[in-house]
Amino acid sequence: MADKLFEYAPAPESRDIARLRPSYQIFVNGGFRDGSGEAIKTINPADEEPLAEVAEAGPSDVDDAVTAARGAFRPWSALPGRERGKYLFRIARAIQERGRELAVLESLDNGKPIREARDVDIPLAAAHFFYYAGWADKLGYAGFGPSPRPIGVAGQIIPWNFPLLMAAWKIAPALACGNTVVLKPAETTPLTALVLAEIIAEAGLPPGVVNILAGGPAIGQAIVEHGDIDKIAFTGSTEVGKIIRRTLAGTSTRLSLELGGKAANIVFDDAPLDQAVEGIVNGIFFNQGQVCCAGSRLLVQESVADELVAALQRRLATLRVGDPLDKNTDVGAINSAAQLARIRELTEAGVQEGATRWSPPCELPERGYWFVPTVFTGVSQAHRIAREEIFGPVLSVLTFRTPDEAVEKANNTPYGLSAGIWTDKGSRILSMASRLRAGVVWANTFNRFDPASPFGGFKESGFGREGGRHGLEAYLDA
Amino acid sequence: MEHAALHDITRDDSSLRRFLHGLPGVDQVGAEGRAAGLATRSIKTTAKAWAIDMAIRMVDLTTLEGADTPGKVRSLCAKAARPDPSDATVPAVAAVCVYPDLVETAVHALRGTPVGVASVATAFPSGRASLETKLHDVRDAVGAGATEIDMVIDRGAFLAGRYLQVFDEIVATKAACGDAHLKVILETGELATLDNVRRASWLALLAGGDFIKTSTGKVTPAATPPVALVMLEAVRDFAAATIGYGATATIGPGAAATIGPGRDLAGEIRGVKLAGGIRTSKEAVRYLVMVNEVAGDAWLDPRRFRFGASSLLNDLLLQRHKLATGNYDGPDYVTVD
Repeated sequence: MADKLFEYAPAPESRDIARLRPSYQIFVNGGFRDGSGEAIKTINPADEEPLAEVAEAGPSDVDDAVTAARGAFRPWSALPGRERGKYLFRIARAIQERGRELAVLESLDNGKPIREARDVDIPLAAAHFFYYAGWADKLGYAGFGPSPRPIGVAGQIIPWNFPLLMAAWKIAPALACGNTVVLKPAETTPLTALVLAEIIAEAGLPPGVVNILAGGPAIGQAIVEHGDIDKIAFTGSTEVGKIIRRTLAGTSTRLSLELGGKAANIVFDDAPLDQAVEGIVNGIFFNQGQVCCAGSRLLVQESVADELVAALQRRLATLRVGDPLDKNTDVGAINSAAQLARIRELTEAGVQEGATRWSPPCELPERGYWFVPTVFTGVSQAHRIAREEIFGPVLSVLTFRTPDEAVEKANNTPYGLSAGIWTDKGSRILSMASRLRAGVVWANTFNRFDPASPFGGFKESGFGREGGRHGLEAYLDA
Repeated sequence: MEHAALHDITRDDSSLRRFLHGLPGVDQVGAEGRAAGLATRSIKTTAKAWAIDMAIRMVDLTTLEGADTPGKVRSLCAKAARPDPSDATVPAVAAVCVYPDLVETAVHALRGTPVGVASVATAFPSGRASLETKLHDVRDAVGAGATEIDMVIDRGAFLAGRYLQVFDEIVATKAACGDAHLKVILETGELATLDNVRRASWLALLAGGDFIKTSTGKVTPAATPPVALVMLEAVRDFAAATIGYGATATIGPGAAATIGPGRDLAGEIRGVKLAGGIRTSKEAVRYLVMVNEVAGDAWLDPRRFRFGASSLLNDLLLQRHKLATGNYDGPDYVTVD
């Protein structure tokens, strides 16, 4: 839209802040080394240029890491909680101190807007370490008995949508409870986790307490199948979660899974509509919609549907799509070619099944993985775009007439991770929240996270909770 | 909005209340979040230069003190017409804003310049006088040559729910204004809730106010980002509603698609004036970002958006000079009034 009066000049964050190095190494038993697997190039999804080379771990590295974690477990778990807490506080502070570097690196590696990395990912990652540092010496008061014991060695596999934040969600509670960990970041986004390894090393954490292995699905599988791991924590797709659960069936390895979602964002006719529009935008376009709890299904009461959709379309015209490092960018790049292909495939299916597709006018960069924010109206429960997780900036709009119908449609999904309710009526919020089969229910907001609030799913969205007091349970022998 | 619909809404107190209370509520947390989100926009170089000049053109340079004198007003007028005596490329401000008894002085001082003369009236700032007295105040100011009148609403009547009384007073004031533009001061700091701000905004727009204005500047808090957000939404929605569909009727995507950033507007465009407490260029630029993204291009115009301020202008001049030369001069290099 070149004819705009107030055209924002480019405001790019400097790429140098990321202190990008030509190569990164895996972190095993307190030291950095090249993995025995292939050296892979991680690329910037915004322009498809290689960022750095990463030495992937091989099966022998998994063995070494598990052995190191096993060896470190006894002394680490024997430390007074107060001492473990000190390490976690130190890590939290170091994340804050290197916040800008981590934010730019995250934006480069993942494709997310610098605004989100800077204002959401990094501060929340630090907050998780601060929060669980506080629990480390108070575990006896958490409601799991007077002196709850840790589980042992935790194998943790995390996704590419919030690389550093997910590492924090996994590592902080595990360490607070006295476990040791072997963590594998996603293949496409290993960099911030490897910088976190540096922070952990500089914090003086005893060798072996945290091991970080870069690698693809084969390394994830090696961790899951290892045998000397006491607990697997996985965040990722439902498809892989099912494989992991099958693999671990009949073993004594504990498991927590945080998987996909197809959240309903339910807007009643008495909702604060301007704020609901913001919540819908934040619900589905935050992180390009690559969020397991994204509000990908908008359920709107028929009496306000036209008005709300019109307001939403007007708002979407102001979204700024493009260079993730520009401080004014609202929607960045899709993380990978594979993910982009999946989003395209499902949106094509939406068109073929008869839903109406709409996108704001918007120029996408020529190189890189981009997908324009998209809204489907006229969607029915039977459409694939209403049932399958798209994991992209694609919203399906459905309507309802009564609260009962809203609950029925919202729950009519194999998933159950999150939901949103928009209404001015407090009693309706409470009655809806109690009937929705979703682990997180937001009222008059969406995609709001806090380390003190437990997060997790129903049904195919997984089990176990992360965050809050509940998040301790996954790492305690309780 | 059609004439009949407007007539129905303002038929009596209860129908007016039904309409105002039927407007969508404002979630305070969400509105504050949106305002804070817009404040993270990074406006640099050419965009900043454009915004600073636009902000200067939107200033209502104001002095509303008991100690005001003709001399003070004359020097304010000189500053308004030529904000930077050493740089002719600096645009003039939109208007000066004074008390009614000083309008004549201002009109005289500004003759031959594009700067308007605004006067507060209607027993400003409290509005605690009879309607007859308030209207007399307005006629005085208009008679002396004011081109814009900044009236205050009766907040007591509004808070007591006597909406029709507030409506009628605005209508009467508008009539007394003649050709002068009417700005309706809501005094949002006394209305307290954002729901009230939205209702008072619509009330003032329905009654024919050309502008809705946040504050007198005599009450704290004055203009705040969430209040500005809600008022900009009100003028945006009012423009949409006057394209040809009622605010409570179904809004089709086609109709709404004609408004918004970068589009032409067909409805009635009313203005917003923020007053009180805006002192820095940074705040002004943030408000322009809000105007841009919430209301759209049509409001990026001194005829539709104003800053009521006194010290803001000097900061805009300092920042303008810094942007042009790279040097920050400090307060001794701008004139003091």
